[in-house]
Amino acid sequence: MKHEKYMGYLFEVAWILPSVAIPISVIVAVLITAFAVGIRVPDIAGRIEPKAIAATEPFDEPGLRELAPGKYEAAMVAQVFMFTPNEIEVPVGSEVTFVLTSRDVIHGFKIVGTPVNMMVVPGQISKMRFTFTRPGEYLIVCHEYCGGGHHAMSGKVIVR
Amino acid sequence: MAVIARPRGAVREQVADRFATEKRLAGLNILVAFLALAIGGLMGVLQVLEYNGIDLYRAVKPVLPGGYYQGLTLHGVLNVLVFTTFYIIGFLTLIAAMSFDRPLASGRLAWVTFWLMLAGLLVAAVPILLNRATVLFTFYPPLKADGFYYLGLTLVVASTWLLLVNLALTYRAWRAANPGAKIPLAAFMSIITMTMWTIATFGIATEMLFLLIPWAFGLVPGTDVILARTLFWFTGHPIVYFWLLPAYISWYTMVPRLAGGRLFSEPMARVAFVLFLVLSVPIGIHHQYTDPGISEIWKLVHFIFTVGVFFPSLLTFFNVVASLENSGRARGGKGWLAWIFALPWNEPAFTTQVFAMLLFAFGGAGGVINASYNLNLVVHNTAWISGHFHLTVGSAVALTFMGITYWLVPLITGRALWSRGLALAQAWLWLIGMVTFSHFMHMLGLLGMPRRTMIGAAPYIQPEWQALLPFTLVGGLLMFASAICYYLNMLMTITRGRPEPDQEVPFSRAVSGPEDVPAALDRFTPWVVTALLLVAINYGPTLYYLVSTGRFNITGLSPW
Ligand code: HEM
Ligand SMILES: [Cu+2]
Ligand SMILES: [Cu+2]
Repeated sequence: MKHEKYMGYLFEVAWILPSVAIPISVIVAVLITAFAVGIRVPDIAGRIEPKAIAATEPFDEPGLRELAPGKYEAAMVAQVFMFTPNEIEVPVGSEVTFVLTSRDVIHGFKIVGTPVNMMVVPGQISKMRFTFTRPGEYLIVCHEYCGGGHHAMSGKVIVR
Repeated sequence: MAVIARPRGAVREQVADRFATEKRLAGLNILVAFLALAIGGLMGVLQVLEYNGIDLYRAVKPVLPGGYYQGLTLHGVLNVLVFTTFYIIGFLTLIAAMSFDRPLASGRLAWVTFWLMLAGLLVAAVPILLNRATVLFTFYPPLKADGFYYLGLTLVVASTWLLLVNLALTYRAWRAANPGAKIPLAAFMSIITMTMWTIATFGIATEMLFLLIPWAFGLVPGTDVILARTLFWFTGHPIVYFWLLPAYISWYTMVPRLAGGRLFSEPMARVAFVLFLVLSVPIGIHHQYTDPGISEIWKLVHFIFTVGVFFPSLLTFFNVVASLENSGRARGGKGWLAWIFALPWNEPAFTTQVFAMLLFAFGGAGGVINASYNLNLVVHNTAWISGHFHLTVGSAVALTFMGITYWLVPLITGRALWSRGLALAQAWLWLIGMVTFSHFMHMLGLLGMPRRTMIGAAPYIQPEWQALLPFTLVGGLLMFASAICYYLNMLMTITRGRPEPDQEVPFSRAVSGPEDVPAALDRFTPWVVTALLLVAINYGPTLYYLVSTGRFNITGLSPW
């Protein structure tokens, strides 16, 4: 009995060390990819009045805008069950900042094959940046349930 | 300590079962739970069929006018709100009382709890069935459901608080009769679970009472979406621990006995539970990594605290596996791993729960990805997430709850399990079916397939998804077969089982037991205070910011 307990304590310590080490390594690894490599999640990007979308920059003229050589801003509006515009085209190597808002309910915005993934929320502006280094057609899906036609809501990024 | 049977109140026969009320209530709660799961599970089968181009929604249109999304609302609400909550309240009512070795302080309060929960369920069920609440189980505004949907769900949640009141009163009475004794482990864990849950429900209760209910009934014109989402996830993360901790209670305090051995360490088990109490709530923003309107800094803080929860999870893993090893060796098993074969694999209650643990190990590993801040961008709202939570709530929790009933239903009804063979088949089918289903859901998620989407009807369905979707159907049908085995077995047990009265809850003893528990691990107040403090720190600034900048002007829509 005594011996059993003593061995038990040894095992406990032998397990507790990695139980602390593993979580700490996960934190360190994520901090490196976030702040050294620069893969970040959406931050606060401002509020917007849903009824005044048509009068608020950049959504007054949704679409692609060149900010500087090779740098673009894609302003898109989500509503049941479509994105406006639902297709944008950029040259290979472009850095595109996607800026979105919703006219009605929550929508999702995921560009398949990239880390661009955000919720599009009425009253809020969502913003994320990505550099397209490979040509191709990228599927955009609305990946938050937004009503009966949700599965028809998609778009496209064409990279040439 | 032996208390002579002394029914409360009236003079009754000495032979009366002291726990008759608790048994009745456990039985009724679990009955409601499994009726809900039966309907919810059927909806799951419709979903995997739809994924593969077999659309049965047209055939069931008269009862399910809202089609896929109304079915999905039922699947989510019935499986993870109704099944879990009713089961947990029933299970904890019984085992807390039996662990304290005294009936709950107020049998009447326990009945009131049940009837109020049932009333809430019925109030919420009507709008769902009428296709007036097709907003899924997360009811994110500004999707706008019939107000009674929110009202009913709120009533269910608020009624569960009454169990905490009852447990607290029972604890006080027990303490007066047992000064100086350590709280029995299962009772301690039950109180921790209900305390954590009660703190956690602050979010959803606030969201319902101050935002959604006034808005849905037209008292205010609009709402604030990010504030509502933040309050939802304040509860939405810890709710998974509300589901999981009762399964852990079984793994810690009963499975070792079912396995023929003892719990490895009671102090370590208590450390894990206390940490779950402290760490479960202040990390909910990890569900909102992709949300606008919440600062990146607080997302990062919640990520770091989330990783903190790995620690009690790994402690649990160690302690539970060590207890299994203790059992294997007690049964004559030898070697580094060969003891595994000495375990009672022909015992359904045991095997089912060990399979649940195994599936949970995979779920936990995937969960590390979900939790990891920017890695979450790869999987957020894809089929991966569905694959993940069918391993966690759909297996670790649901399969454990089924496994428990293999001894619990005989205990409540006084009838032996009808067929052990069928029960073992049920466990194996679920294991194989779930591994298949969830593996391919994870893969589909990595290929970008969105969740909560009627994929068979999506114009953009990709050929590489279509190549994998049939496997989700195979897995889903195996799970369905497992469910049929389960329900048939239960039905036959209740109606035809051989009488076998006077069974006991299989509580385990421990290698390192109550005598090794330090006083701090036998108290609640310091841990509750710590938990509340952490919640205030981790949520205070974000909630203050959202409330003070909120515009409450989003009017909403019911587009289904
Ligand atoms: C026969 C067994 C089951 C099958 C075939 C099945 C199938 C599915 C499928 C295909 C989805 C994804 C739907 C979508 O995202 O569009 C889903 C979602 C879900 N399932 Fe299951 N499932 C089963 C059992 C369970 C069980 C036992 C639970 C929990 C106790 C569960 C909980 C959930 C939840 C919470 C969702 C998410 C609902 C939502 O996104 O609103 N499922 N299920
Ligand atoms: Cu949408
Ligand atoms: Cu969570």
